[in-house]
Amino acid sequence: MQKLIAKVPATGKEGRDGGALGGGTVTAEHVKVAIVGSGPAGLSAAARAAQLGLSHVLLEKTDHLSDTIFKYQKGKHVMATPSQLVLRSDLDFDAGKREAILGLWNEQTAARQVTVKYHAEAKAIVGTGEVVSVMEIATRNRDGTTSTKQIERRAPPYLITLTNGETLLADAVVLAIGTQGNPNLLRCPGADLPHVQYQLDDPSEYIDEHIVIIGTGDAGIENARGLAEDPAQNNTVSILNRGTDFPTAKDANVKALVADHEVGRLTIRSEAETAAVEPGWIVLNTRDGEERIRCDRIIARIGSAPPRAFVESCGIEFTSNDRLAFPKLSPVFESTAPGIFVIGALAGYPLIKHCMNQGHDVIEFINGNESLKPADEPILEAKFRDLPGQRSVADWLDYLRENVSILNGMNPLQMREFMLDSEARFYRKGETIFQKNDPGSSLFAIASGTVGVQLPNGGSIPIGAGSIFGEVGLISGRPRGATIMAETDSICVEISRLAALKLQSQVPSAKRAIERISVERLLLQMFGAGLTPDDVREIVDTAKIRQIRAGEAVVNEGEEGSDIFVARVGSMIVEKSVGGKPVFLSYLPAGSYFGEMAVIDGGKRSATVKAAIKSEVVQIDGEAFKALLAKKPALLERARKDMTSRRELNAFVESRKDNFSSIVDMYSETAQFLVDNGIGEATDVLLIDETLCVGCDNCEKACADSHEGLSRLDREAGKSYAHLHVPTSCRHCENPHCMADCPPNAIRRGPDGEVVINDTCIGCGNCQRNCPYGVIRMDSVPPRKPPLLSWLFLGVGPGPGEPSKKWRKKNVPAGAEQPKKAIKCDMCSGIDGGPACVRACPTGAALRVSPETFLTVARLED
Amino acid sequence: MATRPAQPRASTPRAGRRERATEHESFLVHANYRWLKIGAGLALVSLLAYALIDVQPRPNGGSWIGYTLGTIGALLILWLSLLGIRKRAMTRGRWSLKAWTSAHVYLGLALIVVATLHCAFQFGWNVHTLAYILMIAVILSGVYGVVVYATLPRTLAAGREGMTNEQMIEGLRAVDRQLHDAAQPLAQADAQPVQEALAEDPLRVSGWQRLTGHYPRCATRAALEASRAALAHRRDDAALVKTEALLVRRMSMLDRMRGHMRTRALLEVWLYVHVPLTIALFAALIAHIVSVFFYW
Repeated sequence: MQKLIAKVPATGKEGRDGGALGGGTVTAEHVKVAIVGSGPAGLSAAARAAQLGLSHVLLEKTDHLSDTIFKYQKGKHVMATPSQLVLRSDLDFDAGKREAILGLWNEQTAARQVTVKYHAEAKAIVGTGEVVSVMEIATRNRDGTTSTKQIERRAPPYLITLTNGETLLADAVVLAIGTQGNPNLLRCPGADLPHVQYQLDDPSEYIDEHIVIIGTGDAGIENARGLAEDPAQNNTVSILNRGTDFPTAKDANVKALVADHEVGRLTIRSEAETAAVEPGWIVLNTRDGEERIRCDRIIARIGSAPPRAFVESCGIEFTSNDRLAFPKLSPVFESTAPGIFVIGALAGYPLIKHCMNQGHDVIEFINGNESLKPADEPILEAKFRDLPGQRSVADWLDYLRENVSILNGMNPLQMREFMLDSEARFYRKGETIFQKNDPGSSLFAIASGTVGVQLPNGGSIPIGAGSIFGEVGLISGRPRGATIMAETDSICVEISRLAALKLQSQVPSAKRAIERISVERLLLQMFGAGLTPDDVREIVDTAKIRQIRAGEAVVNEGEEGSDIFVARVGSMIVEKSVGGKPVFLSYLPAGSYFGEMAVIDGGKRSATVKAAIKSEVVQIDGEAFKALLAKKPALLERARKDMTSRRELNAFVESRKDNFSSIVDMYSETAQFLVDNGIGEATDVLLIDETLCVGCDNCEKACADSHEGLSRLDREAGKSYAHLHVPTSCRHCENPHCMADCPPNAIRRGPDGEVVINDTCIGCGNCQRNCPYGVIRMDSVPPRKPPLLSWLFLGVGPGPGEPSKKWRKKNVPAGAEQPKKAIKCDMCSGIDGGPACVRACPTGAALRVSPETFLTVARLED
Repeated sequence: MATRPAQPRASTPRAGRRERATEHESFLVHANYRWLKIGAGLALVSLLAYALIDVQPRPNGGSWIGYTLGTIGALLILWLSLLGIRKRAMTRGRWSLKAWTSAHVYLGLALIVVATLHCAFQFGWNVHTLAYILMIAVILSGVYGVVVYATLPRTLAAGREGMTNEQMIEGLRAVDRQLHDAAQPLAQADAQPVQEALAEDPLRVSGWQRLTGHYPRCATRAALEASRAALAHRRDDAALVKTEALLVRRMSMLDRMRGHMRTRALLEVWLYVHVPLTIALFAALIAHIVSVFFYW
């Protein structure tokens, strides 16, 4: 169930301020509690209210219950996570098919005698009592400015106005409208024709139709591909793209769409917008003018307006202006508007079980039950059992929230949820928390005590209560950089990677705190020993983190500017304009700084620095940096040394620009090619010199023989340029795409920087789909081959390299078939001698490089 | 505008990285011509020894210097042949096949000097000279190998035009499907050559065709010529025009595949001489050594 925005019927003339407010006789129906939205949360609340005999009404916008689940595709399996959470609701729920769950709920809702009002979309909810407070609502306008308006909060009962003009009164309102919002509507002549729709339930329903999809986000692309997938349906599918790129869609989706376009399954129309809709036709504005094409059905997937504006208009404040922020709530789900309660996805709980429990609990609270403990109480009790000091769960939650700075911004509800995914641990003095090079991607926060970062020289750096450690693992899952030991008895919270990511998105202040600490540590590590957090405090205070698109320039040659930059995530390429053409100077991996020359020497920027891939840079105020340099002569010394070598490089390119311009050109192009092929985000990549490769495939064979018989590289596949071939093989990206969505968290970075999939892989294939370079394959481990010599002399077995599918099929023992798992290059981790592909190349064609050693202009002199 | 990475690398541990053979140089240049120098040294020392040591009545394989050179030669042959196993046994450890290849080439060339001086230019119709001839044949086939390894890789890479073997075959199949459909409306006489062209499997060709790249009885070419001849007086036959265009595509794809196969064959063919001759050389060498010790 959602809210207003569009779809206001012709009767909507009275508007928000019309009607019953401000006196007159109120004749509307009056209930104790009105529940807005009939999803799992709202349904469960209504069922509880019915059970308790409270007068209630459940308002549902559509003609059926639980629209979000109703809109799932047919037969979808609905999950019941988290499994450790007990369900506390008058309705039943267990994992199962969409149809079974909806059927059960329909049946039980009827049996419990829940009062449901269908086609009831709330348009406004306003108090009818006296004014209790005033709230300011800030709205961001399209031009970037913000405007604020004030609204008065009035005491209950609340008057709920529906879009059809009906009104009703409620002492308490439970908002359970979810976060979906209403789809954005087409705004062109004919947009209200019946063949325009805003969702697609079952792509297999449509046959022999001309269908136009508008919008190239993930939803639009998935719809288009679904409709075109089966040629037997004989649909003519076109997808309209306003531009030529697909900035809002996942890379894998875009690739698949473009592939479908290339084989002719569907048509991508770039730079096309809808001008008008007519029965059976659609008129497009294209680059070449107006075009009219056949169209039986239009599916518009152009985003949706979040319900925030409506929620705010009810007097409910959000925790921040962040787009992802949630409403401010009390422990009993009450919002800042007294008597309006918010539960479910809108409150930040997307899981069905949570929602249903909240529905139950919120009605209990409204009914005056003050002793009710949340359903997750026993789980949390168990988590806190081993900590010293007898405290209740609520006390522990408050204690952690107050003592850990990054948790300060959470509300008690979020804190409960957060602790379900985290662990509280007690460490005795001297106990090791984790060892250097241990795998681990969790973040630790210290609630009490002090821990020490162990230095190689035997000393240690203390980290005090309230702070965090282990944050490096969050960025790219690298192993622990140092051993951490408890220096006093300490209580720490170990926050799983997923919980930490969620925390950062929910609590903007936590995100800033984590970023601040990681920036501080990045600077200390980069500028070397001798600096303390106090020295860089001013720099960190003024530092800004900026997201840079691939190809976007951070610094432009010839510009004024005094800030210096540190590449935090991603990588940069440095170019200098020589004779009007950009010449590639060097490549900067994450952890490099640039822009310091203008700061130290003054003057204009001497080269352009742009992002090789989507990157993040820390922008540091030049004046603050200057002040630091003045205080720390050793740092100035170092910076000058770095500058000298860079200046030599500039001078070198300048000196060569006349006589060697074609070589410089060719070098720039080669560098560009490598960057285009993902070498820009690589940390270690296999290249093949085509002037040396004789095509013996010994690299592939060696790879297979070093790794259970499966090759992790495809020599022939991949692109070539200027005799450099980039085969299909893992680049060990700076920020691995494959790591993004691994359910068992099986992808880690090893001590040499290699990205490795460990044995916990469940074979889901997410990493394979997420890898933009197609280097991950799903396969099962083949049976063992006979030894080499028996093949060599007796011809037994398939010989070196990956055994053929036929041999594998024949030789796998019955019942011992291995499940398919994700297979990718691990840089021969743990194999003495290093990568087998390089060792096994007879001619020296195979080489592994890290981009910064390869992409340097010094190679011009070769 | 930029400095080098400030630390070894803030975000990826570089320090303590395993050492890896990533020198970008060919097997011929490996380690600044280390094995060329060693091979040349060995040849030079052998020559000096042969020239300076006066063996009576004349230099021969049975003198102490002859035995020494013979032993070195036999051990070299044994070691050189082990490359075949080294290449296939993917054991752990710090070895590089490039270094082995480099040594194999230069020590193999030095073997000509060592073995020739060992026999002291005494040739005859016997098992000893047979072993020598086989050895020279092996080395000459190896020289061919070095030459093609040094010259053909660019052609190999260019010949693929960025495609893998599978993509080439898949591309051909796609054209074949279209060709099959396009040929349906044709008259029997026009369709016959097309059918024959479609029946032609580009992968089932003789070794000679592979090596030379000559396909005098190419059914696709015949079909192309037939359809062009037919087109000459039936310009407006749409099916024929389409078929002809597809045959042109098939022909160019076949040409590319055949060119690529030829390069591959040239890169591989010598191994079919080099390896069997090595085995024959072993047999002759054993006969040579046994007979020498048995009869002396």
